[in-house]
Amino acid sequence: MSNQHAPIIQTIVKVVDRREIVDGIFNLILQAPEIAYRSAPGQFINIRCGEGCVPLLRRPFSISRVDGELIELMFNVIGHGTRMLSSKRTEDTLDVLGPLGVPFGIAGDYETALLVGGGLGIAPFPFLTDFLLKQKKEIVTFVGARTGRQISERHMTNVHVATDDGTRGLRGTVVDLLKKYLSGKPSKRHKIFGCGPTQMLKALSELASASSVDCELSLEGDMACGMGICQGCPVERADGKKKYALVCTEGPTFNSNDIILR
Amino acid sequence: MIESFSIRGVEFRNRVLVASGTFGYGDEVKDLVDVNELGGICTKSLSWKPRDGNPPRRIVETPSGMLNSIGLANIGVHAFIEEKLPYLRTLNTAIIANIAASSIQEYCDVLNLLEQQEGIAGYEINISCPNVKEGGLNFGTNCDMTRQITARLRPLTQKPLIMKLTPNVTHISEFARAVEEAGADAVSVINTLIGMAVDIRARKPKLSTVTGGLSGPAIKPIALAKVYEVAQVVKIPIIGIGGIMTAEDAVEFLLVGASAVQIGTANFIDPATGVKVADGLRAFAETQGLSDVGQLVRAMESNIQFSVIQSWL
Repeated sequence: MSNQHAPIIQTIVKVVDRREIVDGIFNLILQAPEIAYRSAPGQFINIRCGEGCVPLLRRPFSISRVDGELIELMFNVIGHGTRMLSSKRTEDTLDVLGPLGVPFGIAGDYETALLVGGGLGIAPFPFLTDFLLKQKKEIVTFVGARTGRQISERHMTNVHVATDDGTRGLRGTVVDLLKKYLSGKPSKRHKIFGCGPTQMLKALSELASASSVDCELSLEGDMACGMGICQGCPVERADGKKKYALVCTEGPTFNSNDIILR
Repeated sequence: MIESFSIRGVEFRNRVLVASGTFGYGDEVKDLVDVNELGGICTKSLSWKPRDGNPPRRIVETPSGMLNSIGLANIGVHAFIEEKLPYLRTLNTAIIANIAASSIQEYCDVLNLLEQQEGIAGYEINISCPNVKEGGLNFGTNCDMTRQITARLRPLTQKPLIMKLTPNVTHISEFARAVEEAGADAVSVINTLIGMAVDIRARKPKLSTVTGGLSGPAIKPIALAKVYEVAQVVKIPIIGIGGIMTAEDAVEFLLVGASAVQIGTANFIDPATGVKVADGLRAFAETQGLSDVGQLVRAMESNIQFSVIQSWL
């Protein structure tokens, strides 16, 4: 857990493209060179979705991929803000703050990175995949969703699938899928990178601990600012030095040993 | 154009400050805003010991507003002095230390310790936090207690003593009068309003503490009415707070009786809001042909006597 020191930038960016990639999941591509050049996998940006008072606060999104001066986001429509974003057109502009948060800790002597995403938890993985490939790491990706129609494999590699309804891959959770994969394999060659709903991350963290695999998690938090000023997004620390860490500035990525999920 | 004003001899470069709890300790947002362009910074509330704050969930967005239940999470006054004050001291803006406590003695202890430090222009006393069990609102909703705290703190400092009042009372003006009589130099009006939000599927409150403090543009009309009410009964300066997003909002507050304003929730969206509001205030005063932004203070024209309005408040 370390605080980031790279400057945060507030900038107006242009929408380059917006499309629905699979059922209910949108991809938004922004021209944001200042942020793109400074970002690392696991970081996020905070977007003002409209100009008025509804929605009032910015909405945080993982940086899903960086391609030159372009940033890609992945989201589904869950409220006012994401509905507004889903109707943006090419040439529209957005007020964006970023890059925010601490990137995934990709260091370590592991050979194989296990990327484990539940639902939209896959959002940071395309960026992470690009990064890990440059580090010559082997990657195995585990993607879980409610149903097969919601599975995207874009810009990910070596993808294994689990669905709640069994329409694609294993019927069950993405953590079940990983458990099956890990059984019988020596643990020290692996490092897990997980992102998804809290209960999934909790199960993942328990599996990682039981299998002695190093594990980095990316969390969500209800935050007003994304910069550490509102104190709105605490997560319990495991070390007891302080009770809470802030998801926005001390995360959103944490080693699973450093936090307690409830 | 004159933009400055003063409270008890301390000069503020303009009439726009940032509200406690919405600007951290000033260093978090230095990449994004020239804090020296602000009239002042009210620090995150400081208590004697560090406070962890409340469990999540602490923030819920509501229409044109937000509920928070942070629970006065702060690093404590000792760490503030060691880690944050050296940076704040380098700034060319007024640093107002906001103090929160769970006993009168704790208010006095924190203020006494800060009195020994360089770089603090004045104090804002938080007797109105709705999100903690002890202190906070228990003090701020009890007029006699409010008076006592003010009277106990007054002799401890020659610097400005600003009491931050809660709107969660029947007549806020009675509290304003009490602190004026007890020697306060100014009042901050208003802190957040108690509110709540419910997750209908889980049938549970959205905030871990059930209720929280409502802020943002949703409360601006209420804040204006409270400032107006207070302005009828006190002579000390009023610092207007509540949902200010633009310079036009700030002008409204000045007209109804505020001598200055604080920007709160808007900082979470754009930390430069305070600087933009200060620029906008100056520009508005220019278009009105004024020579001093202060000429807008208490300058609302109304034909209705306050005594008539009083019966509605």
